[in-house]
Amino acid sequence: MEKTKKIINGQDNVVEEMLDGILAAHPQHLRQVEGSARSIIAVDGPRPGKVGLVIGGGSGHEPTFLGFVGRGLADGAAIGNVFASPPPDPILECAKAVSGGAGVLFMYGNYAGDVMNFDMAAEMAAMDDIDVRTVLTTDDIASAPRDERDKRRGVAGNFFVFKAAGAACDKILSFDECERVGRKANDHTYTMGVALSPCSLPQTLKPSFEIAPGEMEVGMGIHGEPGIAVGPLEPADAISDMILDRIFEEMAPARGDKVAVLVNSLGATSLMELYIMNRRVKQRLDERGISIHATWVGNYCTSLEMAGASITLMHLDGELQEMLDHPCDCAMFRVV
Amino acid sequence: MANYDGASLVKMFKAIATAIAAQKEHLCELDGKIGDADHGIAMALGFGAVSDALSELDMDGVAPTAVFNMAAKSFLNAVGASSGPLYATAFMRAGATAKGKISLAEGDFVAAFQAMAKGIEDRGKAVVGEKTMVDAWRPAAEAMAAAHAGGADLAASFAATVAAARKGAEATIDMVAAKGRSARLGERSRGHMDPGAASAVFVIEAMERGLDLSG
Repeated sequence: MEKTKKIINGQDNVVEEMLDGILAAHPQHLRQVEGSARSIIAVDGPRPGKVGLVIGGGSGHEPTFLGFVGRGLADGAAIGNVFASPPPDPILECAKAVSGGAGVLFMYGNYAGDVMNFDMAAEMAAMDDIDVRTVLTTDDIASAPRDERDKRRGVAGNFFVFKAAGAACDKILSFDECERVGRKANDHTYTMGVALSPCSLPQTLKPSFEIAPGEMEVGMGIHGEPGIAVGPLEPADAISDMILDRIFEEMAPARGDKVAVLVNSLGATSLMELYIMNRRVKQRLDERGISIHATWVGNYCTSLEMAGASITLMHLDGELQEMLDHPCDCAMFRVV
Repeated sequence: MANYDGASLVKMFKAIATAIAAQKEHLCELDGKIGDADHGIAMALGFGAVSDALSELDMDGVAPTAVFNMAAKSFLNAVGASSGPLYATAFMRAGATAKGKISLAEGDFVAAFQAMAKGIEDRGKAVVGEKTMVDAWRPAAEAMAAAHAGGADLAASFAATVAAARKGAEATIDMVAAKGRSARLGERSRGHMDPGAASAVFVIEAMERGLDLSG
């Protein structure tokens, strides 16, 4: 099979070379922890008395995770190999570097490898007298039934959940409160997506899975985990409707409720397509009398060069709205 | 009845590293059927790092706990992903059972082996039947405990242990994966041996060889 085309120098150093490039672009926001190159922390943000927020996971989802490190959002990100969890050490080094004595919150997507490595890092942090608590993101509504929410994966909705928790931490709320806001944000966040064509890992340069010509896979995960249905590619409005109907069914919004919207590309899908989807999102929300507090459209949680898109809605109340509006200044995202 | 000091455990870990390095391609091929084809790479990277780290140890009077702990740490930092935490936890738990001992009597080694299997189960939250390395480790640990309780020496116990591990790994062929990345394949995972169970057999066989117990 023909190898997929990528602009890389070699298969072994993609993560290191990407990090070098990111640090070169964002020296005012990001720096490496000394002696731990895969631990990226905010230049400005961590401070005494503030709960530290450490996020992380595999590479290949940029700007998730390290693009959301900065004042007002996450304090640090531990970076793994492509689609693979980081080991505990870089996670622990992040925790130590951002600990302000008020506890450290670990937040990341619910995947077996990540859970094991972050849990070990939490145990090691406890030996250094750093109190760690964990909030897993589980926003992908296609990844398990509603009554098994704790088995669901974390995908693009990470962005809203990290944003809300990061704001709580930045406001110097208590450890209990920061954790509560994180869990609540996750409970109020719903994502579903479709994939149109596969990605390939730099190590293999082969498509990681197959989607037949003219077809799409509904609910596929961000590492190519199988979705809930395969079918013919539909027009943008039909795709958006199908996703929104599933989200509405779970969220059960009432007239007059508020949401935040994220229309996210899995990597290869263009802004043109995302905005066509967002047009439909707006129509559907208007029809139901749901007001849109804020909309983000673009690459927020990608899967290398996978084609496809996801829609996330966060069901807002006063508190979550305040957390989303709270200023943040990160390498790849800001709210002023 | 033999005793096993730190130096003999170093020898055991080096035997594991040699065995896994020899099986790297085979393990990658197995993983390619139901995973992302990198299990052999991760295992070879991990045990290679263990072997390198233990070579740096001052062997004079080194405690078994120190050997297990160094093995855990070096494996983990080299790998991450899923196999890193699983094997690191196994070795840390084994180290904890050996704490304060200058060498391990046969019963101590049996206890350390039990702790390894338990550590892998606890860390992976997996049980027998889910098509993971637990399907090799759990029956292996039970076979060793039963043989030891029945009065067998460690050499005889290990023969039963290895046989049970092999049988457990074979049984994964007919299973549908319920844990880990291959779980996403559902029915499509049936018909292939779990690469984690396959590598567990190589690890356990190499332990027997490294401790000079194979008949």
